Amino acid sequence: MLNIRKSGLQTAVQDLGRTGFQRYGVISSGVMDPFAHRIANLLAGNAETSPTLEIALSGPVIEFEADHFIAICGGDLSPSLDGEPLAMWRGHFVPKGSVLSFGEPKRGARSYLAVAGSFDVPSVMDSHSTYLRAGIGGFQGRALKNGDSLKTLSISPARLDALKNQNAQTPDWLIPPARYHEQPIVRMMPGRQYALFNEASRLRIFEETFTVSANSDRMGYRLEGPELALERQEELISEAVAFGSVQVPADGNPIVLLADRQTTGGYPKIGQVASVDLPLISQLKPGESLKFREISVNDAQQLYIEQEQQIRQLKIAIQMKREEWT
Amino acid sequence: MKFTFSPLSEQALVIETGAIINKESEQAVRKLSSLLETQAPDWLIEFIPAFTTVTVFYDPCQIKQAEAEQELRLLIAQLDEAEPPTPRQIEIPVCYGGEFGPDLSFVAEHNGLTEEEVIEIHTSGVYSVHMIGFAPGFPFIGGMSEKIAAPRRKSPRLRIPERTVGIAGMQTGVYPIETPGGWQLIGRTPLRLFVPEQDIPSLLRAGDEIRFTQIDEAEYREQEAKLDAEHS
Repeated sequence: MLNIRKSGLQTAVQDLGRTGFQRYGVISSGVMDPFAHRIANLLAGNAETSPTLEIALSGPVIEFEADHFIAICGGDLSPSLDGEPLAMWRGHFVPKGSVLSFGEPKRGARSYLAVAGSFDVPSVMDSHSTYLRAGIGGFQGRALKNGDSLKTLSISPARLDALKNQNAQTPDWLIPPARYHEQPIVRMMPGRQYALFNEASRLRIFEETFTVSANSDRMGYRLEGPELALERQEELISEAVAFGSVQVPADGNPIVLLADRQTTGGYPKIGQVASVDLPLISQLKPGESLKFREISVNDAQQLYIEQEQQIRQLKIAIQMKREEWT
Repeated sequence: MKFTFSPLSEQALVIETGAIINKESEQAVRKLSSLLETQAPDWLIEFIPAFTTVTVFYDPCQIKQAEAEQELRLLIAQLDEAEPPTPRQIEIPVCYGGEFGPDLSFVAEHNGLTEEEVIEIHTSGVYSVHMIGFAPGFPFIGGMSEKIAAPRRKSPRLRIPERTVGIAGMQTGVYPIETPGGWQLIGRTPLRLFVPEQDIPSLLRAGDEIRFTQIDEAEYREQEAKLDAEHS
């Protein structure tokens, strides 16, 4: 069990999202940085689909009420255990009574905490993700509050003991961390309505720098930069959007749609961020900036396949390492 | 049937059934949706139907986009023979005006009608659900009489209670969950449009035929209590 002493800015249970219900208007939700979430789970010995805690910018203070094995991946929000800095992208045994806290956000905006056995929260529409606006999923359909007790599913005591011993002996084994930048170059496919934009806008989107506005959240990041406009104003018919769709409302500032996006939208889409680069955006803080670089659909799909292969290899390597331990 | 295909992303393909919203393009969306429900290819992750499009999300590790398009075209070839699903008929009881419908008087004034006339026009129409989107279970409903059309509010309300029935332009709709919004609010239904505990979490589906009926506040309270008890 995890005792939430302080909740932090926004700490909520998420998984890879709610799939199959978007046609009923139910948004996907889920983690903003799927790569970090999956690696954290693998390091903790969980399935990639298990729920983790998504921790944003200003992290929580969490007391472990029993022995646990954990991993933290994603943006570096300066995690520490009982006051000592805690290495990210690796597994740790944490004894009963230890306290996990976070400090300055150094690089990136979101961390993922996986606990071996994962969190004991009910599945709603086949997912553990918190759907904040509808008040369903995750922990009681909301972000964590001070004083909450988050239950975990236990793993066998023998296994925990083995992890405990190993943790003391091999402190330097970790996964190479994902590289988050303050000014990333994000690969983007031309969007469904790219051709409807005027020539200047079609050039600017791939040439100029855009800054993340303060008015950005899990639903979408509003970007500030050169104004983008259609060749001629027209009303579009609403259609599906996706994680990473870049739509441009009438004010000319693009919005990158993220985990809590609505299922459909009526604004023209100038681009679609390549899936493998989504974490680069999700990990930006307001005020940081990015540039887009054009990529084809085929190349984006190739990158996706290569990343899946890479994760599969990591999974095998982690499993082999864990089998050595027990 | 002539459909066009274009990418939404490296894992989603948009099938457009027509350039404008009409009976033909909407029927095609519905037929295509039921086809994808009954004969889902194993690489299909999910699909999102809209007014004139069905967007198909696929597993990029299992299939290339060009191949997904080919397989979908083969599936679509069966469409002409496929029976269009018969529309379901659903009645939505509404308690109009008062605290539930604070903008009923505005809608009446705007159209030079009495509140009773607005209610009569709203309850006499036969409506159809174009699509579900914007919020869980939220129906985009067509078929409202232009006699009761009303512009959106200049400044949107921050909180519109769930179950509220509203009008925006030529559209009428029902808010399934509490959301901010700019619609003119005319009443409330005891029905729950978003039912997360059910396999299909939306009361309404694209293609449904809808009628609104008037109930008074006592009936509203009774039906609301009964429906809430069933689901708690």
